[in-house]
Amino acid sequence: MRWVNRQVRRSDRVLLGAVPILLLVLLYLTIAAQRHAVNPADKILPLPAGMARAVSTLLFVPDQLTGKLLFWADTWASLERLGIGLGIATLSALLLGLVLGVLPPVRATLGPLVTGIAVIPPIALLPILFIALGLGETAKIALIVIGIAPVMVRDIAAHVAALPSEQLIKAQTLGASSWQIMIRVALPQAMPRLLQAVRLALGPAWVFLISAEAIASDVGLGYRIFLVRRYLSMDVIIPYVAWIAVLAIVMDATLALLSQRLFPWAHGAGH
Amino acid sequence: MSALLSLRDVWVEYGDKIVLEKVDLDVEAGSFVSIVGPSGAGKSSLLRLILGQEAPTRGAILLDGAPLLPECGPDRGVVFQRYSVFPHLSALRNVVFGLECAQAPLTARLFGSARAAALREATEMLQAVGLGDSLDLYPAQLSGGMQQRLAIAQALIKRPRILLLDEPFGALDPGIRADMHALITRLWRDYALTIVMVTHDIREAFTLGTRVLALDKRRHDPHAPHRFGATAVYDLPLRRDAPPRPADDVRKIEESQGHE
Repeated sequence: MRWVNRQVRRSDRVLLGAVPILLLVLLYLTIAAQRHAVNPADKILPLPAGMARAVSTLLFVPDQLTGKLLFWADTWASLERLGIGLGIATLSALLLGLVLGVLPPVRATLGPLVTGIAVIPPIALLPILFIALGLGETAKIALIVIGIAPVMVRDIAAHVAALPSEQLIKAQTLGASSWQIMIRVALPQAMPRLLQAVRLALGPAWVFLISAEAIASDVGLGYRIFLVRRYLSMDVIIPYVAWIAVLAIVMDATLALLSQRLFPWAHGAGH
Repeated sequence: MSALLSLRDVWVEYGDKIVLEKVDLDVEAGSFVSIVGPSGAGKSSLLRLILGQEAPTRGAILLDGAPLLPECGPDRGVVFQRYSVFPHLSALRNVVFGLECAQAPLTARLFGSARAAALREATEMLQAVGLGDSLDLYPAQLSGGMQQRLAIAQALIKRPRILLLDEPFGALDPGIRADMHALITRLWRDYALTIVMVTHDIREAFTLGTRVLALDKRRHDPHAPHRFGATAVYDLPLRRDAPPRPADDVRKIEESQGHE
């Protein structure tokens, strides 16, 4: 049988998908154990016990300076920045993408500007943001927004503009105005794409969040990672990175599920 | 002669390419005009003109004696071959949409008794096209023929002065197509519609139409084929006021061949 035709059963898929991950973990543990056999104080590849010890301090022992549990304070601060940034970017993508996609005069007016902003590397704007907005939360959130919003706006605008022209004509023969076409024809059909765009933007959003936190912050997952790097604290860095991965996967899965629940018509004929 | 729609010396040109030249046409109320012709003979351009999607380069188009605005409006309904229905709305909501647009300019949604009345009217319309059992299905769950039924119901709820059909049955199986012929004939009679239909299928054109219009180029310049446009080379009126139900004959043939 050809490989293109080999379908994998659901139970087998879980098993197959777990194999490379387990292999990687096993490889790490083997090398880490070897290094610890030579030098029990090795910091580069910590063993799970060491990581658990380091993280449990952050998890359960309040910080001497702030009196907070650092792990949760970091998580909350980062998620807050990420959430606000994603929220603003999503909202602007929806509003701008919709008018850009549906109304040709708006597309002619604002299209070049959006394209121009989209091609600027956002990190290059970070100094400007820090100078203009200070080192506080605003600059970090602004970096996330500037980093992901233009791509999302363009994606939604392109998706809306690609709606079959027959649909727009049909809507007009049914008496719909520009406004009605926007809210009843374009908006609902842009929503599944918007959730998709948010899922794709999650990756870059994390990048910009960690970058901003690494450069100027006093709390946050990215801040902590870059802080403990000075002490070679791989026993903190690795669990933090794993925790970021877990958060990202949960967000992605939630958005995928949300899209299927809210917009069954967009997910195949089977619904 | 009561011409509902008149085209007076209409030309359509794209740059130096002439698509339609000197088209003069009067469509009477209650007629069923089939437009046939080879590919590239401007059938779709003519339909777009009547629809208001395009303005003629020269000439005038009159609807009820008034010049036609070059913009689509609710006085002309349309059914395309594909993409005529909204994929994100159920069948019922697809039909109600036209009523909502007229009655609620700002929200395009109806509430309370107005909503109930609109839903009732839309349900009746869907029953008239044979979709009474599929009110809550999304277009993706409907077959091709059912989607076209839905598109027709959606257009008819606005009681258009003219119903334009752009190869509406081109993508359907022969058996289904015969059903659709019967349906459109019945609706044409029941609702006293004026229909202009573009089709590739000459047999379909003669089966359904009260008048068949053949578009083609009268002249042909081999060195500059784009410089001559097409016009109506044949205009055949058919007697069809006595109801012979020709669609039934087609159906019998299809049935004997084992379709549906």
